Amino acid sequence: MSEQADDAVDARLEAHRCPNGHLTYPGHPRCPECGEPQVEAVDLTDRTAEVVTWTTSTATPPGVREPNHLAIVEFDVAGDSVRAIGQLTTDGVAVGDEVKPVYAEQLRDPEAGIRDPESQEWDGFRFEPV
Amino acid sequence: MERVAIIGASMTEFGQRDGWIRDLLAEAGTACLDDAGVRPDEIEHLYVSNMASGEFEGQTGIPNALVHDLGAMPAYTQRVDQTSSSGGAGIYAAWQSVASEASEMTLLVGGEKMTHRTTGEATDVIASLTHPVEYKHGVTLPSFAGLTAQAYLDAYDAPRESLARVAVKNHRNGVDNPHAQFRKEVDLDTVLESPIVADPLRLYDFCPITDGSAALLFCPESVAKEYTDDYTVLTGIAGATDTHVVHERTDPTVMGGVVESSRQAYEMADRGPEDVDVAELHDMFTILEVLQSEDLGFFEKGEGWRGVEEGVTTRDGDLPVNTSGGLKSKGHPLGASGVAQAYEIHQQLLGEAGPRQVDCEVGLACNVGGFGNCVTTTILEGAA
Repeated sequence: MSEQADDAVDARLEAHRCPNGHLTYPGHPRCPECGEPQVEAVDLTDRTAEVVTWTTSTATPPGVREPNHLAIVEFDVAGDSVRAIGQLTTDGVAVGDEVKPVYAEQLRDPEAGIRDPESQEWDGFRFEPV
Repeated sequence: MERVAIIGASMTEFGQRDGWIRDLLAEAGTACLDDAGVRPDEIEHLYVSNMASGEFEGQTGIPNALVHDLGAMPAYTQRVDQTSSSGGAGIYAAWQSVASEASEMTLLVGGEKMTHRTTGEATDVIASLTHPVEYKHGVTLPSFAGLTAQAYLDAYDAPRESLARVAVKNHRNGVDNPHAQFRKEVDLDTVLESPIVADPLRLYDFCPITDGSAALLFCPESVAKEYTDDYTVLTGIAGATDTHVVHERTDPTVMGGVVESSRQAYEMADRGPEDVDVAELHDMFTILEVLQSEDLGFFEKGEGWRGVEEGVTTRDGDLPVNTSGGLKSKGHPLGASGVAQAYEIHQQLLGEAGPRQVDCEVGLACNVGGFGNCVTTTILEGAA
């Protein structure tokens, strides 16, 4: 199996939970809600989410696809909700649509923007209509 | 505690300028000192509001450069960076320096040089304030505006045209501002038919990329009276923050930093939203003027769009908003914008706003950084 294929298999979209049950994506050193350390990861990779809002950006920075379809989506985790932002795999998505995470090796060209390519990861999950 | 006065104010022409950041800061700084009749060697503290002179131009250390260029040594100096709200944060720093009695004469100069960069490059410099999980998806500030406008129109059944009317209003006001980048009216159809930038928002829903600088001179009210009778008083100010990661906010149509900073500023000034006669809001995108008009308490949540539709916020309305033309028409040189908002309120309170003049005794400026990540609300009043 190639290294890239390994990345796809290993990749997880994870929310983070503190002892008081607050969920966030991404994680933080302390829970923004109550200040407790976040101690648990919750795998969202195989779940579906609902589109909260969306946009299509046509004036994108260097290294970003154009047009760039984006959405804020909300996952339901046993009655608790957690939101994420990400690219959409397609246009034509509406508020309330159900979507699932789909892994992408590279979401934008790390070499083209102002941020140091080594400072963060560039793979992640787009959202695809179910 | 003695009240803090503003005895001098200036702003350069906003737009595409030949000068670089040092030139722009010096232009506004010298004009502000001339306005007040204060010598450079009387300055004790000098604050420079600026987001990204290093990233845009490769020039860092600009506070010390400005001190030297103005001949204000040995004044204490520092840079204030709070992204787009650097100007408001600079007002806060300048107020603190005088209110704490650390300085009896504090100059604040805000500025940014941006137009030598392409739109994509400038957008990327600004988007670098985002969290890595946002940045890697190519999320920009305009795309946050599109996401939020979509949610707002959906949640409150507001017509798309109401956002376009913000642009029409502010462009109308900008015609009468000699410092504005765009002194040209636009009609509703022009806004609604302009190219899509971040659906549902179009080109005319967005402020331009701008070069420019603005300055204010602060001192205790007792000192102000030694120089002039024409000064204003800072009666309320507060800064507040919201989440860095924008999607972690419970309601995407609420700007928590605006709610909290205005609550504290009203309390300090012993004023409420009903007392405000004129306001400068951070209309980097048309949707932001509507959201702030609600979160400052001028309108109920979900009703701000009606204020625009019904003409409440036009220059001859009950609450004129962005008589300067706002960021939308006047332009948005990041670090200068919050200072220029207070410049407009200062001019209005002194009765020196020319054709833009409205009847006012209490003015408010709301300066927003990121997408509501950092906010400063300032209340100014006449000296009487």
